[in-house]
Amino acid sequence: MSRFIYADHAGTTALSRAALEAMAPYLTERYGNPSSLYRFGQEAKSDLEQARSDVAACIGAKPEELFFTSGGTEADNWALKGVLEWMALKGKPTGHIITSAIEHHAILHTAQHLEKQGYDVTYLPVDELGRVSPAEVEAAIRPDTLLISIMAANNEIGTIQPVAEIGAVARKHKVLFHTDAVQAVGHIPVDVEAWNVDLLSLSAHKFQGPKGVGALYVRKPLRLPPLIHGGGQEKGRRSGTENVAGVVGMAAALKEAAAQLETEGARLSALRDRLIDGLTRLPYSRLTGDPANRLPGTASFVFEGVEGEALLLHLDSRGICASSGSACSSASLDPSHVLLAIGLPHAIAHGSLRLSLGADNTDADVDAILAAVPEVVAYLREMSPVWDAAEQKPTWVVE
Amino acid sequence: MLYSDKVMDHFEHPRNVGSLPDANAVGQVGNPKCGDIMKMYLNIDDNGVITDVKFQTFGCGSAIATSSMATEMIKGKTIQQAMELTNAAVAEALDGLPGYKMHCSVLAEEAIKAALADYYRRRGEEVPENLRLPCDDEEHGCCSCGA
Repeated sequence: MSRFIYADHAGTTALSRAALEAMAPYLTERYGNPSSLYRFGQEAKSDLEQARSDVAACIGAKPEELFFTSGGTEADNWALKGVLEWMALKGKPTGHIITSAIEHHAILHTAQHLEKQGYDVTYLPVDELGRVSPAEVEAAIRPDTLLISIMAANNEIGTIQPVAEIGAVARKHKVLFHTDAVQAVGHIPVDVEAWNVDLLSLSAHKFQGPKGVGALYVRKPLRLPPLIHGGGQEKGRRSGTENVAGVVGMAAALKEAAAQLETEGARLSALRDRLIDGLTRLPYSRLTGDPANRLPGTASFVFEGVEGEALLLHLDSRGICASSGSACSSASLDPSHVLLAIGLPHAIAHGSLRLSLGADNTDADVDAILAAVPEVVAYLREMSPVWDAAEQKPTWVVE
Repeated sequence: MLYSDKVMDHFEHPRNVGSLPDANAVGQVGNPKCGDIMKMYLNIDDNGVITDVKFQTFGCGSAIATSSMATEMIKGKTIQQAMELTNAAVAEALDGLPGYKMHCSVLAEEAIKAALADYYRRRGEEVPENLRLPCDDEEHGCCSCGA
């Protein structure tokens, strides 16, 4: 009886059947190059453009504003570097960027790279629920601010940001606004018009599309200089022979996700809330992130006196795949920047667990998780020198 | 796989977990800030032989596995032999650790040394030079992770 419960959908998802079936012909008989002039190539081109229209429609964009990339990381890199290069071409070779302390590393490490090149970066703090304040965004805007980049929803703690409000602030001050919507697209309603965003990154494998494909939305008339140079595909903005199968799979997956957004969102929220309700009953455990404004499938916790990697490995041996922002699950010795940014002390941040639910999860999975996690937490606390077994509390006093 | 079968075996079935209420040597190293704390309890007899050993660890998979392996490697050994146990030997006995996890094996070596130092202190004897830890004198953050 080897049970397998996948609860790491914020990490990646399985390809949907619709996506797989849409892709299959392009991996076999429809392998034409969209840049070729003969009909065999032009058919692929036509299918690629249909996929562009489909993806654009799901985020309220025009097809000509959508550019396919190799994924979310490339889209984030291109958004930041491209906007700054475009500004430099317009006579602003240096300036200021506003982002947040809880962005994905695709943004944070790009911003740090740009700092080394002379740009000034403000990393806005977040509150204890992981929210960026639109008023703080506004207060951070300077005459030389070139770009604001704030994620739509956080990958570790599931907090959904007030993107539309931040977009309104950006619009009011005529500053370009990018949002990394990798965790949001396909999970919550996304509308580039309602959100007032100028650029938006998305990634297919987060909504049951294939890995290695994503897109950057770029509001017209903004024309980003390319990040990748070459044969001039994507109207010269992103070279490289198009990943037709990937793009078609992404479109099929997103259409399906968009059609089920409400029903699946409600179903996952109910499962998620069962996890939250059950696991926050454990002593010295708490929910991380915003209890109200959070991604439907994401439940994230910290358990005092327990180290996250050990927790994950024990869950794995019980057939449960989950994730942690623990330092020990990475080569760095610091716990996740997100958990520190919401004000958790190091000692507690080490005990983090993220359970992210998706299409394949059921009430039975939640039951199994609700049985396994308390057992593992109790077991690890039992062997922990910082847990007082008699008192059932940690021996440390957290500052 | 991140870890060898031996690491996983010691992680999933750790040997000598717990505490010894009548231990005559106890040592704790690490820091909650770093996410690793190891505590070793030893019973040392009049001949200087470690007759029993238990550990408690707050930490990752390799921290638990190295604690477990280290206790096995010193059980029944003399103080002298235990003193000579190196982190490299613990890691090797586990068929290796990922590079960034080597500090866990250092922690295991230091936890044993801290317990042995405690043994000398309890007897009112001078602690041998090679049992002194870099963090003996001051709280400087993380004992073994370079902070």
